[in-house]
Amino acid sequence: MDKNEILKKVNAIFIDILDDENIVLTYETTANDVEDWDSLNHIQLVVAIEKQFKIRFTSKEIQSWNNVGEMVNSVSLKLN
Amino acid sequence: MKAFSQLRKNLKNDFSNLKPVKIALLGDTATQFLSVALRGAGFDLGFDLQIWEADFDQVEWQIFDPASEFYQFNPEVVVIFQSSHRLLQKYNKLKPEEYSSLAQNELQLIESLQTAVNAKLNSKIIYYNYAEIDDAIFGNYANKIASSFIFQVRKLNYELMLYAEKLPGFYICDLSSIQNNIGKATIFRPAMYINTEMVLSIDVLPAIALRTVELIGALYGKFKKCLVFDLDNTIWGGVIGDDGLEHIQLGTLGIGKAYTELQYWIKKLKNRGIVLAVCSKNTESVAKEPFEKHPDMVLRMDDISVFVANWENKVSNIRQIQNTLHIGFDSMVYLDDNPFERSMVGEHIPALTIPDLPGDPADYLEYLYTLNLFETVSFSNEDTERTKQYQVEVERNAGKHEYVDEYAFLESLDMICHIEPFNRFNAPRVAQLSQRSNQFNLRTVRYTEADIEMLASSADHYNFTFTLKDKFGDNGLICVVILHKENSETLFIDTWLMSCRVLKRGMENFVLNTVTFFAKTNGFKSLKGEYLVTPKNGIVKNHYRDLGFREEGAFWILNPAEYQSKKSHIKKSDE
Repeated sequence: MDKNEILKKVNAIFIDILDDENIVLTYETTANDVEDWDSLNHIQLVVAIEKQFKIRFTSKEIQSWNNVGEMVNSVSLKLN
Repeated sequence: MKAFSQLRKNLKNDFSNLKPVKIALLGDTATQFLSVALRGAGFDLGFDLQIWEADFDQVEWQIFDPASEFYQFNPEVVVIFQSSHRLLQKYNKLKPEEYSSLAQNELQLIESLQTAVNAKLNSKIIYYNYAEIDDAIFGNYANKIASSFIFQVRKLNYELMLYAEKLPGFYICDLSSIQNNIGKATIFRPAMYINTEMVLSIDVLPAIALRTVELIGALYGKFKKCLVFDLDNTIWGGVIGDDGLEHIQLGTLGIGKAYTELQYWIKKLKNRGIVLAVCSKNTESVAKEPFEKHPDMVLRMDDISVFVANWENKVSNIRQIQNTLHIGFDSMVYLDDNPFERSMVGEHIPALTIPDLPGDPADYLEYLYTLNLFETVSFSNEDTERTKQYQVEVERNAGKHEYVDEYAFLESLDMICHIEPFNRFNAPRVAQLSQRSNQFNLRTVRYTEADIEMLASSADHYNFTFTLKDKFGDNGLICVVILHKENSETLFIDTWLMSCRVLKRGMENFVLNTVTFFAKTNGFKSLKGEYLVTPKNGIVKNHYRDLGFREEGAFWILNPAEYQSKKSHIKKSDE
């Protein structure tokens, strides 16, 4: 699966979990850019992404991402 | 079961018509998600759980400080979640010689929390027990050594049960059992715990929230009272009408073991006070034959309160059962192996709980275990007698047809009533009746055993319990009246509730005679009643009017001095 495809799926998860149709993610998007993306919702997002791609993140990975691009990278590394 | 994200979406729904309950949630780990899941699960059970959440790890601060936000919030139910991970952290910091006192010390702390809460608040407490963690320090030997962590956790869970057993307002929510069912790998996600201090995974929150809300529901009168079941391929294998008595599968025949074990489960429910009713498409005599003659049947005719076997449709048969028992459909569970019958019944009687039994009978029991259908917050000796009482009721109704007029029938029953104030012997039954009675209940104020014990010693309350015996049998304690002395002249009827088993016996007249006589002899000038409408208590809408009370604003007034004793067929017992 290429990164654009992953980004699309991650975007759909954000829309579902944060319940906001207008979210458009790019690789550069950070938590500051998305309303409601707080530390609690972050956990829900992480769990939903894990489920979607059937992967598990390590505790380090969860803490390491600075933007959506790094998150997508983590997913991509696990899938390929 | 819904996923966490679905429960969370529930929060956007309209809660305005739901029963509000004020809940305080206190935990030693992060509880924000638990709070969301509780409110979301509450919605599905018809509750507007108004949750006040203590800040992270503030359990002792909030409870031991009498001026805290916790006490200002004044919750009806206090939910306390202390995790086994925190317990393990405590244990880790102990000196080795202190290891074996962990459970005892923790229990003392819990006792002091409970005492502090109940010194100020009349709230119920729900406490999660501890999900086991085996720290693998001793291997199996941990079971032989009191200082091991697993030994202490299990001891603490056991001691908590003993503590809860003697304390009516203190309930355990069985987290340990949830972990047993779901598995530790699902309940606990180390990466989440390390990052967020949350010890419950998102996947397990719905199960925990549901278990908790079911307990809260039971506190507020939502629980099951009756199990209705089909016969063929539900409680035995095969079809009695086709296969015959010798060939239905029970005991060791075929997959008979699965059915026999299910029957033992149903029998235990009956012993616990769940009323059993049979609803089967069969010729009655054929359907009864296994109950009377099959050596491997666990259930016998005297376990069944209502037996309906005919060729009518099941919807009308279940309606007939409901009518005989005078209980709501929402307190009944219906078991049937046939998906078609289930969906037809479900369509016509949506309030009924109908488990989707799996295709393989071997799976029945394990599936039913997971549903936690029979949550309760009380258990009394009366429960074990219930089946017999309903059987007698069926017999009594049959006798009714022989009398041309109601008067002669009631007279023939030789009804005797025993009146008593609250005491520690009847408190469990009174509390239970207060939680169970939905229909004949004027104000539907729910009291627990602890409340009843307080009312028993209150100087401003006068309490009455009524039993009813007749020639067919003993109905036990079936009516409760609580009078509140508003001032030297006025007695307010805080509670008047009655079991629907004894409707249409003139019990109302007898009770009013008793209460008015009490009011008069104690110099009260006014008896004041109130009807608070609920979706279920329509039958007592005109209760006070029918008894001759005069309407005054929202209340109903009766002057004891002017009251003429009403005709009653019930005699007062001299015991």
